[in-house]
Amino acid sequence: MPGGVLMGAPRLRMTAMAVSRIHAESDIALVGGGLMGACLAWGLARQGLRVCVLDEGDIALRASRANFALIWVQGKGFGFPAYTAWTKAAAAAWPQLASDLKSDTGIDVGLDQPGGFTLCLSDRELQANVDTLKRLHNQPGAVAHPYEVLDHGRTRALLPAIGPDVSGAIYCPLDGHVNSLRLFRALHTAFKAGGVDYRADHVVDVIEPQAGGFLLKGNWGEIRAPKIVLAAGLGNARLAPMVGLDAPLKPSRGQIVVTEKAAPFLCYPVVTVRQTDEGGVMIGDSEEADGASLTIDHGISSVMADRAIRMFPLLADLNVVRTWSALRVMTLDGCPVYEQSRSYPGAFVTMAHSGVTLAPQHAYDLAQAIAAGGIPDEISVFGTRRFHVPACA
Amino acid sequence: MFRRAPDRIRDQVTFTFDGIPITASAGDSVAAALLAAGIRACRTTPVSGAPRGPYCMMGVCFECLVRIDGVGNRQGCLVPVREGMTVETQKGPHVLSAELVP
Amino acid sequence: MTSTTGGKAAHTVKDLADAYDVIVIGAGPAGLSAATTVSTLGARTLLVDENQTPGGQIYRSVLLAQTADRERLGEDYWKGREIAETFLRAGAQYAPATTAWSIGPANDEGGQFIGHEVGVSAGGAARLIRARQVVLATGALERPFPIPGWTLPGVMTAGAAQIALKTSGLIPEGRVVIAGTGPLLYLLAAQLIEAGATVTAVLDTTPKSNWLKALRHMPAFLTSPYGSKGLRLLRTVQRRTKVVRWISGLSAEGQGELKEVVWTAGGQEHRTPADLLLLHQGVVPNVNFSNAAGCYHVWDETQLAFRPQVDEWYETSFPGIAIAGDGAGIRGAEAAALQGKLAGVGCAARLGLIGGEDRNRHASSLKVQLTKVTRGREFLDALYRPSKAFRVPQNPETIVCRCEEISAAQIRASVSAGAIGPNQMKVFLRSGMGPCQGRLCGLTVAELIAGERGVSPDKVGYYRLRFPIKPLRLRELASLPQSDAAKVAVLADLADTHHSKAN
Repeated sequence: MPGGVLMGAPRLRMTAMAVSRIHAESDIALVGGGLMGACLAWGLARQGLRVCVLDEGDIALRASRANFALIWVQGKGFGFPAYTAWTKAAAAAWPQLASDLKSDTGIDVGLDQPGGFTLCLSDRELQANVDTLKRLHNQPGAVAHPYEVLDHGRTRALLPAIGPDVSGAIYCPLDGHVNSLRLFRALHTAFKAGGVDYRADHVVDVIEPQAGGFLLKGNWGEIRAPKIVLAAGLGNARLAPMVGLDAPLKPSRGQIVVTEKAAPFLCYPVVTVRQTDEGGVMIGDSEEADGASLTIDHGISSVMADRAIRMFPLLADLNVVRTWSALRVMTLDGCPVYEQSRSYPGAFVTMAHSGVTLAPQHAYDLAQAIAAGGIPDEISVFGTRRFHVPACA
Repeated sequence: MFRRAPDRIRDQVTFTFDGIPITASAGDSVAAALLAAGIRACRTTPVSGAPRGPYCMMGVCFECLVRIDGVGNRQGCLVPVREGMTVETQKGPHVLSAELVP
Repeated sequence: MTSTTGGKAAHTVKDLADAYDVIVIGAGPAGLSAATTVSTLGARTLLVDENQTPGGQIYRSVLLAQTADRERLGEDYWKGREIAETFLRAGAQYAPATTAWSIGPANDEGGQFIGHEVGVSAGGAARLIRARQVVLATGALERPFPIPGWTLPGVMTAGAAQIALKTSGLIPEGRVVIAGTGPLLYLLAAQLIEAGATVTAVLDTTPKSNWLKALRHMPAFLTSPYGSKGLRLLRTVQRRTKVVRWISGLSAEGQGELKEVVWTAGGQEHRTPADLLLLHQGVVPNVNFSNAAGCYHVWDETQLAFRPQVDEWYETSFPGIAIAGDGAGIRGAEAAALQGKLAGVGCAARLGLIGGEDRNRHASSLKVQLTKVTRGREFLDALYRPSKAFRVPQNPETIVCRCEEISAAQIRASVSAGAIGPNQMKVFLRSGMGPCQGRLCGLTVAELIAGERGVSPDKVGYYRLRFPIKPLRLRELASLPQSDAAKVAVLADLADTHHSKAN
């Protein structure tokens, strides 16, 4: 149905195209306008770079549009302690990001970090989760994060709406959530002020390394930039090899159920159930090794709905208004990948499943590193070399 | 705002709206019964709190949402009115019934 | 149940079989005719409909209607009785007061496609029912009419008043203003006046320039059944109430409820106190089901709406899913009934119940009739093409998305901030994400974006809709069958992957 390009749009030439002419010379081109690309673009513009973002159109896979909006530390980094540290740093930097976006755009992204829960519906489930956290904390070089194991009574003291089936919970005080739609809007709104040249409907087909930079081509034309960042989510798998990079991903499909707006009943995010600041309840998420089909599986929705009701019986009469499935940007070990091409320096690939949690790291640290021209040691552990050495775990 | 054609006054059904007894004709939807009783607004929105009332009467606009027998956000134009039904203004978002919590 | 629903009406979803040859969704003229035709040809058929009795919106409550209703609503309405009665006598099963909320492919354990699975819900219980063929007959809905104040209580659609008249014999009284354009506007005005309503004024927003464009279609129209009926309605309305033409601006005013209707005509602003404002500017295909099903849609520049692309048997781009009636493009009730029959014949042929020759024989006279009843439609489309000013709000404060309370100015600002399509707009503003799922803002948002970008709505596209297309209680979702694979997809948590999944 859609799929037109912006070329030949008379009114647009007066607005967005006028901007793009001014910035025809970019210091850096980002491929991808999701949360990863938007955070980096905003951050790079703050470093004083002239940034151009080439994004897809209205219909695209867009994992950013389907996320669960958690800022989550709990349990992250098994087999990869640096990832625990990176995630903790992100959670700590979130208030700064929220505040900077507020002052840039006036948009309140609804940051709330009261700590988060994993609710368990059997003793076995609780034990399995406790064991996972113990293994995380006992691994060599472990980076600790605080957590508490709560029984039913102590869980209920904090979450009065839980049902009798909840056997207990794990609580981590560092966890939180945000309004990810407003985050997305705030970043895009900030583009204008920061002079970011954002171009929708600019699917990049080909990237050619050239002397002094890169040529990016699509059916919209071509642009040149001395540096590029691939932040195209699943699209990185196609683009990365064009500039000597590798973007190993594995299929991972998730499904989410969303309800109508309800009066506030839940003051903390739960890893599978959260109430947005607008009132809607999101229930998720499932995980299947399926990278192709986006058809909704009602059986999966049913299991998720069933568990949500057992956790919070008062949800039973709430109306479901949407279900959807999406494909995660899941790397082989689930941890982020940030890398500069060795064969074509100036080309970077960035991808992470946790685009919300890690937003401040991408907007500040990673953007700073890319602007400076290289990835420092503490971030270089997220390179793809880790996939090519024998696993130590 | 509406009156009923005399030939369409049928078996009477009594229900309450926000506690006030209202007489309707059997076969009325809740929304039609409210309009017949001169009630134009039946909810306030969860976004701004603005009052809203039935708009399309065919189940597509979700403006006639009311609380029926304790269950929130039901489409008044699709639910037939029944004797003894308790209908209430839907004030803002769906309020989850606290009594379900043990 | 009562005689109006026949002897084979399902009382609850438990009464339904696991699988049918054909499921028809919607009991207007198209759905009733499709179900009658295909069940008569031997298909095991289920018709699912949201209303209590058959008829859809055009023949709403027609089996409950009595002589007085016949006089009020006219012979065209009364014709629906025969269509509904014929359906009840045919062999199809009927599930009234039942909402269809999803459709998707059903696969066997080996992953082979074995049919469609339709989600249905009635009385707070949901089920998934399989069918080899599905006919969507979900009809039309009124085109959004975004003017300042259209969210005030006391402002309703003209169709809503007509439904209240059909279902409950409700007649507007007090100060009633009817505004807009389209054939239904004058039909409703005439019906309401005949019924004794006090109509203060009819405000006609049909642009003057439309008459010139419609002129070349005039001969076909005048010799069509629409012609004489239309002129008669116009005369009735003009004789009995004040008709104001060439309206260029319209708004509803009042604190908390409608108090006054304000309009501009001939460069002058006028206002009148009002208790009820009935708006109408034509009907458009109700595409929520076909869109969420993934059927291919096209922008119809004549009718200014998206419609699913269908072949001569009304089958969509999705094999085994047909769409008949106004849901496939606005052609009116008589055409809908004929399209329903053609879709039914098409289904029967795909099911192997009749051969190709039989199918074509059945179809040939239907197609001739279809051409006949759609004569004059070009004139109506041209004359009643709503003006841009009433499709794309000029006043920046006008609410576009009623559910999320998003204004035209917000939509326009978001286009320049990078939301180049309706789906990015959802992310930016939540427009279309409320319970009506874009039914009352989708076309406005598409046209607003198109206007800002200077492209056709065709290039902008529409919301990508999601199931359930009608709200379903969480407990209903939780009651659906849960396969082992589904449990593993959620509970693999217990196999150590849990924590790596969170954002």
